[in-house]
Amino acid sequence: MVKLLTATRGKNGWDWTDWAAHIYLVLGVVVMFGPVLWLGMSSLKSETGIQTFPPTLLPYEPSTIAIPGRGDLKAFTITAGEFAGKEMGELRRLGLQAQMIDPATPDTVRRIPVGDRTPIMRVRAAWENFTGLFTQFPFARYLWNSVFITVIATILTLLVNSMSAFALSKYKFTGRDTAFLIMLATLMIPPTIVLVPNYLIASQLGLTNSAWGVIWPAVATPTGVFMLRQYMLTLPDELIEAARMDNASEWRIYWRIVLPLSSPALAVLAIFSVMWRWNEFLWPMVVLSRSESFTLPLALNSFQGELTTQWNYLLAMTVVTLLPVSLIFLVLQKHITQGIASAGVK
Amino acid sequence: MNLITAIFGFFMNLPELPMRWLQGKLAGGRLGWVFVGPNLAVFGLFTFLPIVIDIYYSITGGTELLPLDRPLVGLENFGSLLSCTNHLDPDSCTRDLFWHGIYNTLKFVAFQVGLMVVFSMLTAIVLNRKIAGRGFFRAAFFYPVLLSPVVVALIWKWILQREGVLNAGFMAVGANPVNWLLDANWAFFWSVFVSIWAHMGFYTLILLSGLQAIPSEINEASQMDATPPLRHFRRITLPLLMPSLLVVLVLGLIRAVQMFDEVYVLTGGGPGTATTFIVQYIYKTGFADQVRQYGLAAAASLLLASVLLVLTLLQLKGMRKNG
Repeated sequence: MVKLLTATRGKNGWDWTDWAAHIYLVLGVVVMFGPVLWLGMSSLKSETGIQTFPPTLLPYEPSTIAIPGRGDLKAFTITAGEFAGKEMGELRRLGLQAQMIDPATPDTVRRIPVGDRTPIMRVRAAWENFTGLFTQFPFARYLWNSVFITVIATILTLLVNSMSAFALSKYKFTGRDTAFLIMLATLMIPPTIVLVPNYLIASQLGLTNSAWGVIWPAVATPTGVFMLRQYMLTLPDELIEAARMDNASEWRIYWRIVLPLSSPALAVLAIFSVMWRWNEFLWPMVVLSRSESFTLPLALNSFQGELTTQWNYLLAMTVVTLLPVSLIFLVLQKHITQGIASAGVK
Repeated sequence: MNLITAIFGFFMNLPELPMRWLQGKLAGGRLGWVFVGPNLAVFGLFTFLPIVIDIYYSITGGTELLPLDRPLVGLENFGSLLSCTNHLDPDSCTRDLFWHGIYNTLKFVAFQVGLMVVFSMLTAIVLNRKIAGRGFFRAAFFYPVLLSPVVVALIWKWILQREGVLNAGFMAVGANPVNWLLDANWAFFWSVFVSIWAHMGFYTLILLSGLQAIPSEINEASQMDATPPLRHFRRITLPLLMPSLLVVLVLGLIRAVQMFDEVYVLTGGGPGTATTFIVQYIYKTGFADQVRQYGLAAAASLLLASVLLVLTLLQLKGMRKNG
């Protein structure tokens, strides 16, 4: 163990620490990523496929067989008796007997004990789980609520935090350090301990059951201000002086010069803000009580309580919820990991 | 895209004139306050004012939401939260759920933070080696961090349900299936496991960047001296990694003390009270119960706040040290 922690790679080929490290990593990938893959695979299973135990890896559903004059019937393989090995369609089931039809002799109905047959399964992705979200549930509404909150809140967060970071890094004014300290001090008051009063304030402002009630309270973030300020401190003051010479207003300097130059830091904050907002749970649960104002996480939470049997829809909805974040990660992986490593925020 | 830029540009130009006017009016640096203003206003309204209201709520009773309708009760809320015949036995307390919450949270914090620091450090050290496809492995360990807590909980609920894939695996090797989330000890175990699974990647990244900041000369020099691995780890890696480790520890503690989302969706705090943590007590008392006891919830919030205050001061101290 200790050697594993400290040893470096041997000169000639692999020593045992390399093996241990790789085994650890491969196991790690299975544990970290396997569950997500399993979710993805399961979300493609039909309602019957999802109730199969033990579960199958691939999504199966009962196959059908075309019988002339009878249409498509559920297909079975006969396992015992006179017709063993034949594939037949089920006309109807009567207790322990089933009326089956051999496609070769479509006019003869045969009685087969139900124990003497197994259903034929075929692999098929049940995309109707996903389309069903839109046709059978107000899913589009939840999706829209989540997107609206995420986009608007991120724009406001960038605007408000960058304005204050600009003043804190580029101006000298009385009370500047106090203002900065006040903002850092808000780290000591995380949202979980002001739930009750924030609910009062939101309800007095008429923000309950509204997207704005979710958006406003977290628009100012101490980490955002801190991160942007650190970045803006590195921008040369000469640029601003030069713009002032040209009679640019301070607002113009802020949004035409400082903001574009800070885009790397703004991008990192934007990514974080999108993640925070898309995933936010406790505060939205407090402030949004009517289901038409629910965001995706809230909808998921209430569905898992109500529809425990409808796992196929629940899993599909889970996949849709994790998809945007996963795509962002796929594209911006480097920015995200570097941003976290440098700022130490999540 | 051009349209978006144009619209955005239009809106961003709107403050130009009023700001220019203000600029002329405000002497010296007072314009700074105009820029800081919106941020401070939001903080004031949703962070500082709430703390004051929290304190007021905590000394009032009843179930009214509006502060002025609430009767003053002094320290009764705190008294009822803290009164127990035997403080080591939650069931002997007036507010037994609160104390179950405290003890569960303490237990959770100890296991979750402890194990998470160990595993993120191990992962960071492994990822710091020269390994083919390191970027891929790093991404795989980090990925769950981005998932919504509700998604995390549902992913694992699906695996852990009675007819889930884990039980199928157990039965395939001849073991009996287990009702993972209906057994108090297992439910607690999975709460710890799932929250480590979800957050470990974040702390691994911080430790990894800490490891990468160790000058390679130091490692090489130690190798030339043929320093035994154990001593290398204890005398070189560990001390140099200490600042990052402290960040990880404090941030991990701050988060673990406030654990709610994943566990609430995964277990609902049960079975019984086995995985009910302190934030769930606040949420339940203030919002989920039939009778909403805002005063009790606020008092419990303030008790939690006092713990978080100490932890955050440690964090700020660390931030200052790291510049």
